[in-house]
Amino acid sequence: MMSERTTGLAIEAEGLTRSFGETRALAGMDLQVPAGTVYGLLGPNGAGKTTAVRVLATLLRPDGGRARVFGHDVVTQADRVRARVSLTGQYASVDEDLTGVENLVLLGRLLGLRKPAARERADQLLAAFGLTDAGARQVKKYSGGMRRRIDIAASILNTPDLLFLDEPTTGLDPRSRNQVWEIVRAVVAHGTTVLLTTQYLDEADQLAGRIAVVDHGRVIAEGTPGELKSSIGAGTVHLRLRDAAQRPEAEKVLQAALGVPVQLEADSLALTARVGSEGNDLAAGEQAARALADLARAGIVVDDFSLGQPSLDEVFLALTDHPAVPDDERDEQLEAAR
Amino acid sequence: MSNAATTSGRAPSVYVPSAEALATVLAPGERPARPSALAASLTFGWRALLKIKHVPEQLFDVTAFPIIMVLMFTYLFGGALADSPRDYLQFFLPGIMVTSVVMITMYTGVGLNTDIEKGIFDRFRTLPVWRPAALVGMIFGDVLRYVLAAVVILSVGLVLGFRPDGGVLGVAAGIGLLVVFSFAFSWVWTFFGLVLRSEKSVMGVSMMVLFPLTFLSNVFVEPSTMPGWLQAFVKANPITHLVAAVRAAMAGQSDPTNTMWLLLWSAGFVVVFGTLTMYRYNRR
Repeated sequence: MMSERTTGLAIEAEGLTRSFGETRALAGMDLQVPAGTVYGLLGPNGAGKTTAVRVLATLLRPDGGRARVFGHDVVTQADRVRARVSLTGQYASVDEDLTGVENLVLLGRLLGLRKPAARERADQLLAAFGLTDAGARQVKKYSGGMRRRIDIAASILNTPDLLFLDEPTTGLDPRSRNQVWEIVRAVVAHGTTVLLTTQYLDEADQLAGRIAVVDHGRVIAEGTPGELKSSIGAGTVHLRLRDAAQRPEAEKVLQAALGVPVQLEADSLALTARVGSEGNDLAAGEQAARALADLARAGIVVDDFSLGQPSLDEVFLALTDHPAVPDDERDEQLEAAR
Repeated sequence: MSNAATTSGRAPSVYVPSAEALATVLAPGERPARPSALAASLTFGWRALLKIKHVPEQLFDVTAFPIIMVLMFTYLFGGALADSPRDYLQFFLPGIMVTSVVMITMYTGVGLNTDIEKGIFDRFRTLPVWRPAALVGMIFGDVLRYVLAAVVILSVGLVLGFRPDGGVLGVAAGIGLLVVFSFAFSWVWTFFGLVLRSEKSVMGVSMMVLFPLTFLSNVFVEPSTMPGWLQAFVKANPITHLVAAVRAAMAGQSDPTNTMWLLLWSAGFVVVFGTLTMYRYNRR
C-alpha cells in the first residue's frame, strides 16, 4: 500500500481539452505527476489551472484527451478515483453554517466512519490544526487562516493518496500562508501526493518538487524549480542611482559586467538586469557583487540595490513573450461556466 | 493536550503546526467501508437539520408565510365566495395547505443553487458515496419543513374554525399525500437549481411555474364556475388532483381516482426530473 502510494505516477494526463462556449479552458494539456511529491501548476488567473484540477478530481468531464489517477480513468472509473483523492477548492469546501466539529463529523460519516469514530477523528484533526477551541463555532465566524486550515483538515480526513489544493494561500496573510506551507510539507512527508495550483513562483519554489507552467490551457514549460529558473535566469538586479546623469554610464558598466542587456526603467534613476542565466558559470549573487564593485570603481553612486527571484511576470515574459497578465475576462468566462 | 497548537483564553494564540500532532492525523489508517445509500442520504439529511438548528430564520417561510396565506385568503374571499369566511375555510383549508407547501418546495432549488455557488457541492461530488445521496438527503430535510408548514396551517385553520370530518387519521392521511407529492415535486427544483445560474433565476422560474399551477386549480373556487378552456387545464393540473385527494381524506372520504392520478404524477416527477437532475449533477 505504502509503496504504491509513493511510487510510479499519481497523475497521467494526455491532451486534455475542455471548452466553455467560446473559451478553451484546456487546450491539450499533458501532465505527469510522480507519486509522493508536491507538484505545482503555476500560472495566472484564467490559465486553466482550476479547470485542470476539476477534470482530474472527477468534477468535470474533459471534451477530449484522457487522464488517469493512480491508473484509474477519471471518466470511466470516477468512483475508484474518488476513493483516493480529496479536493480543497478555492471556494468553500466546508459548510459555513455548520461548526468545525459538525463539518468534520459529517464528512467522517460520509466516508463510512461510525459516529464515535467520526467524532474522535474530528477532535484529532481539530487538535492537530490548532482549532480545538474553535470547534464549536460556526465556520463562517473563522478567520481566513482558520478557514483554510479547516478546509485542509476536511480534505485529509480520509488520508487521501492524492490531495488537490487549488490556490491554497490566495488571500492569506504571510503568517497563515507559512502555516499552510508547513501543513503541505507534513502532508507530503506522510506519503500523500499533492497537486498544488498557484499564481506565485515563490510558493511553487518553496513547496513543489516539479512545476508545470500553464498558459492558455496548456503546459508551456515543465521541470524542477531549479531547471525552470536556470532556463530563464535566476534573478533580477534592481538598481537605483543617486544621480540620473550617471545612468548612461551605469548602463555601460553593468552591460560589460553581466554580459546581458540592461533595461532602463521609467524612473530616470532606475535600471534592471537579469542575472544567472544559462551560459554564465557564476552564481547570480556573485555576478551581482562583481557588477556592484565595477560600478563603485567607476564612481557611480548606487543608493539602492536588490537581487530578486524572477517574478511570475518575468517567467512568463521569458517563456511566452507576453507578460502574465491575469486574463480576467477569460477568468470570468471560466467562472461563469463553472 | 501538550502540543503548541492548543489555544487558550479569549484571543486565539498563534497556531504553530506541530509535526507530531500532524503525524497522528496523517498516518494512513484503515479505510472504513463505504456507507450504504440510505446511510449516506440520512447523513446528508442530518446536515439539513443542523442548518435549521444554526439558521432558524430559514423556517420563516414555513411558518409566517403559510399563516399569512391562510388569513389573507380566508378573509379576502370568504365573504364573497361562500356565506361566511368560516364556511369558506371548510372548503379552502386543504387547498391553501397544498398551495403553501407546494410553493415552498422551490426552496429546495434555491438551497441547492446556493450550495453550488458556495462550492460545498464540489466536496460532496468528490466523495465516493451513492451519487444521489446529497440531493436525496437535502430533500429529506425539506420534507421536515413541509410537515412543519402543514401542521402550522392546520393549527391556524383549527383556531379559525376548520373542522375536518376525517378526524386525526383523515388529516394525517391528507398531509401524508401532500408530503409524498411535495417530495416528488422537489426534484423539479433540484433540476432547475443545477441548470440555472443564480438563486434569483431559480426564484424567477419557480414563480412563473408555481403561480399558474396553484391558482389555475380547484384551490380557491370550484372549477365548474370557470370557462371551458380553463376547466380543461384545471382538470389536467396535478395540483387539482392533489387538492381533491387531500380534501377527500380530510373530510373522511376516499377519492381513489384523484389519489391514483396524484401518485402517478408523483412517480412521473421523480422519474423524469430525478433522472434529469442526476444527469446534470454528474455531468457538470
